[in-house]
Amino acid sequence: MKKLSLLSILMASVSLLFSQASLAACDEIHIGSAISLTGKYATNGIHAKNGYEYAIQKIKDAGGVMVDGKCYNFRVTYYDDESKGDRGATLAERLISQDKVQYMLGPYSSGLTKAIAPVTEKYQIPMVEAEGASRSLFNKGYKYLFAVLSTSEQYLASAVTLAAEMAEKQGKKASSVKVAVAVENDPFSLDIRAGVLDDAKKYGMKPVIDEQLPRDLSDMSAILTKVKLLKPDLLIVSGHSKGAATAVRQIGEQNIKVPMIAMTHCEAADVTGKFGATANDILCSTQWAETLSYSDPIFGTAGEYEAGFKKAYPEYKDKKVPYQTAQASAAVYVFKDAFERAGSLDKEKVRDALAATDMQTFYGGIKFSEAGNNIAKPMVLRQIQNGEYNVVAPSAFASHELNWPRN
Amino acid sequence: MDQILGNIGLLFEFPIVNFKIVIDGIMIGALFALAAYGLALVWGVMNVKNLAQGDFVIAGGYVSWWLVQHGFPALLGVPAAFIVMWGIGWVVYKLVISRVIERDLFTSLLATFGLAIMMAQILNLLFGSDTQSVDLGYETLYFADGLIDIPIAKLIGVIMAAILAAGVIIFMKSSRMGQAIRATAQDARAARVLGIDTEKVYAFTFSLNAAICGAAGAIIVMVWVIQPFYGITHSIRAFVIVTAAGLGNLPGVIAAGLGIGALEQYGAHIFGIGYQQAIAVMLLLLVLLIRLIQQLRVRQVLK
Amino acid sequence: MGNNKIILYAAILAITVIAPFVFPAFGTQLATLWLMIIVALTWDMTGGQMGYNSLGNIFFYGTGMYVAAAVTIGMVYDVGEYTSAHGGGITSFTDQQYFTGMFVGILAAGVFCSVCAVVIGYLTFGLRGPYFAIGTLGVAIAAGELVSNWDWIGGGQGIALPVYPGDLDEGKVFFYFLFALTGVAVFLFCRWLYQTRFGAAINAIRDDEEKADAMGIHTLRYKLVTWSMAAFFVGIAGGISAFQLIHFEPLETAYQTINLGIFMVVCVLLGGKGTLWGPVIGASLFHVFKEVTWNYFLGWQWVALGALIVVTVVYFKDGVMGYLLHTKPEWFGVKIDQKASEETS
Repeated sequence: MKKLSLLSILMASVSLLFSQASLAACDEIHIGSAISLTGKYATNGIHAKNGYEYAIQKIKDAGGVMVDGKCYNFRVTYYDDESKGDRGATLAERLISQDKVQYMLGPYSSGLTKAIAPVTEKYQIPMVEAEGASRSLFNKGYKYLFAVLSTSEQYLASAVTLAAEMAEKQGKKASSVKVAVAVENDPFSLDIRAGVLDDAKKYGMKPVIDEQLPRDLSDMSAILTKVKLLKPDLLIVSGHSKGAATAVRQIGEQNIKVPMIAMTHCEAADVTGKFGATANDILCSTQWAETLSYSDPIFGTAGEYEAGFKKAYPEYKDKKVPYQTAQASAAVYVFKDAFERAGSLDKEKVRDALAATDMQTFYGGIKFSEAGNNIAKPMVLRQIQNGEYNVVAPSAFASHELNWPRN
Repeated sequence: MDQILGNIGLLFEFPIVNFKIVIDGIMIGALFALAAYGLALVWGVMNVKNLAQGDFVIAGGYVSWWLVQHGFPALLGVPAAFIVMWGIGWVVYKLVISRVIERDLFTSLLATFGLAIMMAQILNLLFGSDTQSVDLGYETLYFADGLIDIPIAKLIGVIMAAILAAGVIIFMKSSRMGQAIRATAQDARAARVLGIDTEKVYAFTFSLNAAICGAAGAIIVMVWVIQPFYGITHSIRAFVIVTAAGLGNLPGVIAAGLGIGALEQYGAHIFGIGYQQAIAVMLLLLVLLIRLIQQLRVRQVLK
Repeated sequence: MGNNKIILYAAILAITVIAPFVFPAFGTQLATLWLMIIVALTWDMTGGQMGYNSLGNIFFYGTGMYVAAAVTIGMVYDVGEYTSAHGGGITSFTDQQYFTGMFVGILAAGVFCSVCAVVIGYLTFGLRGPYFAIGTLGVAIAAGELVSNWDWIGGGQGIALPVYPGDLDEGKVFFYFLFALTGVAVFLFCRWLYQTRFGAAINAIRDDEEKADAMGIHTLRYKLVTWSMAAFFVGIAGGISAFQLIHFEPLETAYQTINLGIFMVVCVLLGGKGTLWGPVIGASLFHVFKEVTWNYFLGWQWVALGALIVVTVVYFKDGVMGYLLHTKPEWFGVKIDQKASEETS
């Protein structure tokens, strides 16, 4: 015990020294985040973490966060939640009660956000999250949860619309379209499924396959066998990066022919880099595309964000910068904006400032509803055409024609 | 419910699907049978119910995976996993198992459960929690209009499993040690009286079990996937098979293994692959209940 | 002797009451300690006193959580709508709805679980020894899997309950006392139960079931009643946990087979099987060990826990109470020895 307290005194004095030394520069705002560095969400957890870190560096370079005439920089303490909800919740408690963080950045995935949000709510810690899209997050009356991204039901809604249009072009009824849905058993994908099934119902389409991927998302061949037998016109897959990678690999291996395949997380899983031509003509939903015409003073335009990020993180050189990274950066930017408008480090004032957010960023408009989700930004749908991601829907943003049917 | 009925309907509408499911099931079941045989061996000889069985399988898979990552040929993984896991099995025996043999059955169950948790976590720390597999890069054969696909890698895996099983059978039948093991299983005290060093037999049996599991894991990583926390599912399957087939009955274990592989595939087809683990566990409960009812019948006769 | 005992109990009670105020930062950990004590004591009712080692008691914990949540939500909203993936409208609870829902929900959890115990027990009590352990483990795993595929209660998403309406520190203390109250109740109940004829009967089942049967003890009935009593308390503990944790999901929080499900057994073995104080001491030691490893060996905590299980089971079989009984019999005085001899007769 004695040793411990001695150690803590030593540590405290060292950190005191340190903070005095850096007094000349900027002070620190300490933020906590539990994020998936291992486990099934590791790919995207790392994308998100890189997005946070890139934004922090950019904001630092631009002069830091000015709160009430004083300058601050963000510092984030990360813990690895191993892609497990219970661990995420434990780590959030730990960040708040032991590391004494007053603000949180979100984890990766709706499931983890769902596990952590009650904790931040309990301790009244404002959390800006960028990776939890399920609508079930925003009906619990949470007051300290803010999400910069669009909710999941919007991800693949336009794919259903496209399938209906294509059927009508062929002289068939939209209701004749057969839909196959294969999703992960988690809040995000279940909400994707709910959205797709709702839209399909509107057109009178029939879901012929409605199944869940196995928990580790490593094998969907049993579902694909059914796809071969039932020949659906539209195949929907959602299971984060792992699910996307498995789907594209096995669609290639089993030689699946479906006129339209739509999924989430193509860029994050780097399906074009990993599977080449197999990925062609697959539709991918995205929260953000570097070709869109958004911009802000810190990151520049969407295109400049991508270029700058690739420079800072060379491992992304031959890939698309996934939207998971962009929205993570946007979340940090939202925090900066809220701190400056609040003019205080008091978490209640910061919360109120967050609730009043209404800004334009490289990622798109950000304005929170009463429930905390972003209502100022649309989703777009891209198609992989010869290895390139081209926006095909909605028509306001479309730059290319849809390739249909997929061969 | 509609889904389930629809899926059952598919089996009749397209009879060829049955063929595919059975083939897939048998190929997977052959690998389950290996781990189950190891369990039957340990259970029969020293009355230890090893809940870490599945983790030995996974550990063997990682040995092979690690070798492939370091540039060794994939097929070398099987003998390598056999040898490495033999060593680990021996250490585990000396440290833990040798001390629970004489104790009540729950003790061995709980001790091996603790071991299973430890092994899963050590594998997680060493190799990360992502699913891994080794791609042999062989072709896939297609039959019946592309509906039935048999990857050559899977065929090789099944053949290797068969060779391993045959080797173990011949060893048990004809070698001196094999005879000693069988003698100990029949009556440990009598075996001791007749000069068999049962301690040595126990250590050998347990190491052999770990090695068989390891080799099975090395094959599984080639034809399927492994992940640090999958051990428990493999353990449960081994228990299902042994409980269904009974101890010391190798043909029975193999038959049960193949049967359970096929049943699981049918279950996955009918209920969806989301239910994969639930199906394995439900099979266990089913087998236990059937055994229980059989027992009750026997008891009634005795009364 | 009697005086000493009263002082001991009074001291423990006093510590129980003031602990959350002295260590406010550890409110949640202290509440979890009581949870561990509850599940350990109830596990020992069948495991230690009756000789039926269940690995599936976590089933009642998880079921308790879900029943409590479903009842609470169901009293105000449609459960399927509340848990649906698309999320219904904003669902808020008034204070009165929250507390009535909690009270009814937790009680319902206990009752439902004891009914479950009778049904499951009827099917599994024919299994002896390790088969019973494996069978009950199977029930718990299967239940988690099935619940995670059941849309009506949220499936793999789990359920998020409303947040405690009052101040957050007050909420912590509130849940602490809910657990502590249940824990004290379980302890007193066990203490009373083990002194009755009923206690003697379940001890007889542990020592030799055939003989107990032959002596006219209706063994199945005793086994079912004991397990359903244990299940009642575990269900209540699960119900309280549901409100304390707010959000839970089926596989890792509710039916957490390899966490709490196995921890409760280890607690009992660590403290000493078949004793009254063993589970309490074991749970306290285990909880401290767990918190320390979780804080200082992050990453290795599972290895440390696995090792603790193996070492306890293999080398330290009789637990703390067994060890003390052997080395310091005078600590227990004559009274305990008498009780021990009563138990085994």
